[in-house]
Amino acid sequence: MAAPQPWILMCRPDHYGIEYEINAWMSRERPANRELAAIQWQALHDLLLAAGARISLLEPALGLPDLVFTANAAMIYRRTAVLARFRHEVRQREVPSNEAWLAAAGFDIAHVPPDTYFEGAGDALFCGDTLFAGYRLRSDALGHQQVGARLGVRVIPLELIDPYYYHLDTCFCPLSPGEAIWYPGAFDEYGHRAITQLVEHLIEVQRDEAEHFACNAVVVGREVITNIGCPRLHAALAAAGYTPRETELSEFVKAGGSAKCLTLRLDGEEAAAWRDR
Amino acid sequence: MNWKSLSAGSQRQVMRDEPLVEDVEIRGHIIDSLILPKVLDQITSRGGSFRVKDISIGQGRHDPSYALIEVQACDRGQLREILAEIADHGAVPTALHDCRLATADMDGAFPEGFYSSTNQRTEVRLEGAWIEVDKQEMDCGIVVDTATRTACCVPMCDERRGQQVVIGHAGVRVLPPELTSERQAFEFMGSAVSTEKPKGAAIREIAAEMRRQKATGGKMLLVGGPAIIHTGSGEHVCRLIRAGFVDVLFAGNALATHDIEQSLFGTSLGVRLDHGGSVEGGHEHHLRAINRIRRIGSIRRAVETGQLTAGVMYECVKHDIPFVLAGSIRDDGPLPDVITDVLAAQQAMRDHLPGVTFALMIASTLHSVAVGNLLPAWVKVVCVDINPSTVIKLSDRGTFQTVGLVTDVEPFLRALMQELNL
Repeated sequence: MAAPQPWILMCRPDHYGIEYEINAWMSRERPANRELAAIQWQALHDLLLAAGARISLLEPALGLPDLVFTANAAMIYRRTAVLARFRHEVRQREVPSNEAWLAAAGFDIAHVPPDTYFEGAGDALFCGDTLFAGYRLRSDALGHQQVGARLGVRVIPLELIDPYYYHLDTCFCPLSPGEAIWYPGAFDEYGHRAITQLVEHLIEVQRDEAEHFACNAVVVGREVITNIGCPRLHAALAAAGYTPRETELSEFVKAGGSAKCLTLRLDGEEAAAWRDR
Repeated sequence: MNWKSLSAGSQRQVMRDEPLVEDVEIRGHIIDSLILPKVLDQITSRGGSFRVKDISIGQGRHDPSYALIEVQACDRGQLREILAEIADHGAVPTALHDCRLATADMDGAFPEGFYSSTNQRTEVRLEGAWIEVDKQEMDCGIVVDTATRTACCVPMCDERRGQQVVIGHAGVRVLPPELTSERQAFEFMGSAVSTEKPKGAAIREIAAEMRRQKATGGKMLLVGGPAIIHTGSGEHVCRLIRAGFVDVLFAGNALATHDIEQSLFGTSLGVRLDHGGSVEGGHEHHLRAINRIRRIGSIRRAVETGQLTAGVMYECVKHDIPFVLAGSIRDDGPLPDVITDVLAAQQAMRDHLPGVTFALMIASTLHSVAVGNLLPAWVKVVCVDINPSTVIKLSDRGTFQTVGLVTDVEPFLRALMQELNL
């Protein structure tokens, strides 16, 4: 039986821009070029289509410039979408759009408790049967534990210590069960020990490439798509049997996002053990 | 005896000035993720210390673990700083949340992860407000009625499907004895047990406490074993009852049997109490005593029909002192009043416990420990036994409020009679 087609949610950058500053990358003095952003987004979209993905689109909304980063909408587990509760009010406004789309698409909507923050697949990534979860800068450790308890999965909270790597998906990218890309500089010693003990094969990204969002990769089958400027990672991926692809995403890097941030995998990430294959 | 030198007032003062401990709990995959060692490291690196009060490690790969940690700090500022830091890693004070409730899915067993009660005064947080737990008893669950906003301890076997049961430690606080006020007069905490300690002063204190209890309307419970009768102390206990120092009696088949045997035949286990010699056929006396009462129907009826005219049980009936006789597997007979279903016996004892403020436990290992388990921590307990292990057993099982006297029953009661001028 053929594996189900990879299914990804994206949102056109029609209203994208640097309208506020909520991470170390953002500066209103360095605005994004919306036309260029649209071209870059389209190129990523087309690469994903070419890789065999089916893409659904979330309606862009005026005043929600970061709606384009669909990775943060929710964390998907089977038919459940654990909806994000954003730390920043400016992004919390995205929630109704995300909830409406996911509910209409047939997902069971789950919420995290009111006093916790949880920023969706940006901070919660399955590698095998374990949910790796970034906390401290955006999501809460407590929220992750509650999500894990609700879903009945093992959760490994990882403290993010560098404000430039404020979401887990900016410094850690599962490729397949037991295999991941990571940037060690974003984690403390406990995180290093937890990751190295729990993930068998790790591809380490150097600082200069991490700054190009090397870890913010979209994995579709054996294809791994990143921003440009990550040649050593691409060589390592090729050596590990993957097909790396690059596409320039400079306008989104200005907002602290890249390829992975612009996508939400709806049928389960490639590395998730629970995904139908 | 370990008399506390510090007065209750000064203890409370100390507690108010330096409330430098806080319980936090953390759950999840805290071992694999190294979150637990990280939290503990954060506490110590900020100058605090900790005590892991409870920990359960998930057995399977997907099973979460749980730790209850007492954080200790040198001053309030440091405590605040530590709590703020570790909260970010998911370790949260148990007092900051409402208690978590789960619906019991079957009769006679709690949901997994239930909160197991202590005998200390306990409160649970419901919608931000703390409510006191009723019927405080150790080793129970806490059942909450959200409609009436009440909570009480419920033994496992009494749990009923559909009840709301407290899970985990969040939203539960146990008030240390120092903070439960006005119950400090009898400072018998810390039950150092020794055969070497002077008894006179202790017995004087016990007598003073019993007079205080009587004067203030306290409810006094006597838990007694058959050695009271064997040692010829039955009359002392009769005097205690007549003078109003016993409000309820818990015992087993043996005490009542030998007490009645003595009343009917003048022997206890076949031994004459007046001269200490054996009587021919005396070993049958206790069986004949039991048989007599069984034929009559009950101890009360034996008294009312004039067939039982003296002894501890007679005095109880005469003075309307309720008694609970709990059976055990070694009982002869038993007497018709003996409750042979242990759960029913426990419940009968529980029914008499509300209002009890003082318990005198004499020469009974089994019943002393059983009753000790049922009593809340603020009930003062005096345990007198020739065997130090009884007293130790009682304190080992968590009955911290016990003061133990290792001595023969008869000299103790004789001295107590003198102190009480009986």
